[in-house]
Amino acid sequence: MSTIALPRLSSRRTLAPVDADAPLLLARLRAGDEAAFVGLVATHHDAMLRLASTFVSSRAVAEEVVQDTWLAVVRGIERFEGRSSLRTWLLTILVNRARSAGTREARSVPIADAGPAVDRSRFDASGHWSSPPEHWVEDAENRLGAAALATLIRDALAELPARQRAVIALHDVDGLRAAEVCEILSLTPSNQRVLLHRGRSHLRQALESALGEND
Amino acid sequence: MLLSRDFVCEQAVELASDYLEGALSRRERRRFERHLAGCPHCTEYLGQMRETIRLTGRLLPEDLSPQMQAAFSELYRRWRAELPADKT
Repeated sequence: MSTIALPRLSSRRTLAPVDADAPLLLARLRAGDEAAFVGLVATHHDAMLRLASTFVSSRAVAEEVVQDTWLAVVRGIERFEGRSSLRTWLLTILVNRARSAGTREARSVPIADAGPAVDRSRFDASGHWSSPPEHWVEDAENRLGAAALATLIRDALAELPARQRAVIALHDVDGLRAAEVCEILSLTPSNQRVLLHRGRSHLRQALESALGEND
Repeated sequence: MLLSRDFVCEQAVELASDYLEGALSRRERRRFERHLAGCPHCTEYLGQMRETIRLTGRLLPEDLSPQMQAAFSELYRRWRAELPADKT
């Protein structure tokens, strides 16, 4: 069989058409279209791996969870009823599997999601900025370059507590709607926003620290 | 979150995501925007949060390694082999 060209676009752009064509895709999978399957995997793989990594400690276990999920997906695809999107359905299966794998690994996750968005030391006693944010917004790419920025953000993401990382990965990296994120991770809308805000605050601080040093 | 009338920067930064996600009530949103109008630092902060979100959204997915691609092809063939003949 010929090699398959894998998409190199952001998943935000590649996810939607797959969902829209779910019935056609199902027909192609049943008809033995291996390329359709590998294309589907390629579209969702990165988001799944990123999400699985927030539940388990090693890349190898995360990859196992993703493979395990795909097997469950193809075996159960006849039962997919289209009540949620295909993407939400498969990410929900992934989270269930990743949670049990995480439990098997006995990796306890007491998660520190509390704490202010910006360190209190940067405000005075009356709550006004004493050490205000420096201006870097338009300069970020000129000063660090796109590749270094991407590395910086990936590293800062890796430092986040698991639930914040999962929410940022789904909402801000993969572009899922808040309602989908809540469904997949079993979060209330307000908890989802708290985690989103904590995660973004850490990423913003990482950018500010890096860009401040270049002054 | 209920805001007192004396709404300060330390509270404003906690509401940035709720504001950007459209989760504030109309009253809270007006109060937040009124604070921004008088506070260049919080305006800067909000701009940085927007830029952070934009840059995070540009991370590209990693490609499937050839090994993973082969593993998924194998997984698919295994599933096909499990299907009853009348479904193929």
